Amino acid sequence: MSQGDEAAAGAARKLRDLSALRLRIALWLTAAVMVAYFGFILLVAFDKPRLAGLVAPGLSLGILLGALVIVLSWLSTWLYVRWMNRNYDGALSRLRG
Amino acid sequence: METRIGEPNAVAMGFFFAFIAITLGITYWAARRTKTTEQFYVAGRSVSAGQNGFALAGDYMSAASFLGIAGLVSTSGFDGLIYSTGWLVGWPIVLFLIAEPLRNLGRYTFADVLALRFRQTPIRIGAAIGTLSTVVFYLIAQMVGAGSLIRLLFGISYETAVILVGVAMLAYVLFGGMIATTWVQIVKAVLLLLGASLLAVLVLARFQMNPLALFAAAAERYGEAVLAPGKLVSNPWDAISLGMALMFGTAGLPHILMRFYTVPDARAARTSVFYATGLIGFFYLMTFVLGFGAMVLVGPDAIRAVDAGGNMAAPLLAELLGGTPFLGFISAVAFATILAVVAGLTLSGAAALSHDLWVSVVRAGHADSREQLFVARVSTILLGLLAIALGITFKGQNVAFMVSLAFAIAASANFPALLLSIFWGGLSTAGAVSSMVVGALSTALLIWLSPTVQVDILHAESAWFPLKNPALVTIPLSFLTAIAVSLLGARESETAARFAEVERRTHLGPVGE
Repeated sequence: MSQGDEAAAGAARKLRDLSALRLRIALWLTAAVMVAYFGFILLVAFDKPRLAGLVAPGLSLGILLGALVIVLSWLSTWLYVRWMNRNYDGALSRLRG
Repeated sequence: METRIGEPNAVAMGFFFAFIAITLGITYWAARRTKTTEQFYVAGRSVSAGQNGFALAGDYMSAASFLGIAGLVSTSGFDGLIYSTGWLVGWPIVLFLIAEPLRNLGRYTFADVLALRFRQTPIRIGAAIGTLSTVVFYLIAQMVGAGSLIRLLFGISYETAVILVGVAMLAYVLFGGMIATTWVQIVKAVLLLLGASLLAVLVLARFQMNPLALFAAAAERYGEAVLAPGKLVSNPWDAISLGMALMFGTAGLPHILMRFYTVPDARAARTSVFYATGLIGFFYLMTFVLGFGAMVLVGPDAIRAVDAGGNMAAPLLAELLGGTPFLGFISAVAFATILAVVAGLTLSGAAALSHDLWVSVVRAGHADSREQLFVARVSTILLGLLAIALGITFKGQNVAFMVSLAFAIAASANFPALLLSIFWGGLSTAGAVSSMVVGALSTALLIWLSPTVQVDILHAESAWFPLKNPALVTIPLSFLTAIAVSLLGARESETAARFAEVERRTHLGPVGE
């Protein structure tokens, strides 16, 4: 095997590793959003009295959790974009050479 | 309260014509920059991440979410908010799984991503079925909504309203292509966010700028039950099924997916989803304030008296707080909202007809750019006329379910095949095509057999299929079909080899771009 082939094989392996890492992070964040949202929906479906409880005057647990699902979804996109811009893009441009 | 909704409103007309004038001016400017297919379909890939963030928000926030959710909250309280959350959670999924690979793998439509690996003719036809059925059902809902809303807001006839929307939208898309469509969506998103924010601030000003004081006032007047889940979700499986359609449907909406081709690279695509999620999330949080504001200040009975569906809650609230001029402004914003969504839908449908079916299947890729552009414009005209015809045909029909049908088809026909083609090397042509066809057909069939159509529209005693939204069944069915057909069918050696290229391009993008 020539040196060029070895370098190419190494780059391909690094790209596969990077690809696997990106997929793992994407799947964990997807799972987190799904747990938050379907958790909320399951509470709406199966435990209405709990969501009716007041956390503060005027603020039921249902409204609080609904708003939190929206805010957490947005924060998850912020986390992902931050990681991709800081780590993934740099690693990718090193691979491109 | 005394309302002037439905009477010709000089301010509304003024804002409305100002919007039409500005957007047609943009279209004139864009038309001179729309000479190639790349400019027509994807604005020459020169849209910035920030611009695309606003345009995605403008493409997505429909009149249903502005007027519909505010109306639902104002008449039934907390239940309306279930939609606010559901319509947002699809966006992180789009970002994590679809946006960047799509940008790196395709050119104009999401079918390009599949066509990279699989045999052209069957895959393009399968994807066109998914795209066109999503677009047509979505269009029907928007056009019928447009007709009845604009009739209520401006006092013109239903047919006139539908034709007006169709013609204005045709002018944008036909002459200005994606450049004009993008700017119409940006202008609309800014107007909608400004209008809704101003309305929310005016509401909160009556409650010491404290949303909790507003919610407490609602609870005091209409009972604590308005702050808790009520009758909307009676069957838990229904709630989960609707949630799945909303969550995965967004990642299969052709007009949303197409927007990722308008930016220069994957990084811009990623950043634009972050902006869009922030804008849309902020908007849905405001629906909490608008809905309860209308409940406390206008009152559910006054809202239902104007429109039984509650759709006039936000315009009534605007009239109460800002008088006829503000009502006029909000009415014009609602109109702009519908126009921007319809334009995006038509453009993505036209791309499926011309790029996927005509150029790739009929002409097997041998069409010069003049012909491509010509066919794209003819497809646009056909879809525009179809939208007007459907809008008039379905006058007075209950079409609210068609939005959830469009989401269910997007989630069951488009999303599974797209996701698996990016991430699973074992998928075969037959697997991808059968998944799209089974997803689209099973969704349409189960909606037909569901209580939404059988009980609510055909007034049957009961329905054969118990769920209002079939996504709980059809999404897994579509994935299983793709996997089973791929594993059981003949092995395609060339498809497997091309997956290595897909994996590389997912990250590195096409060579030489």
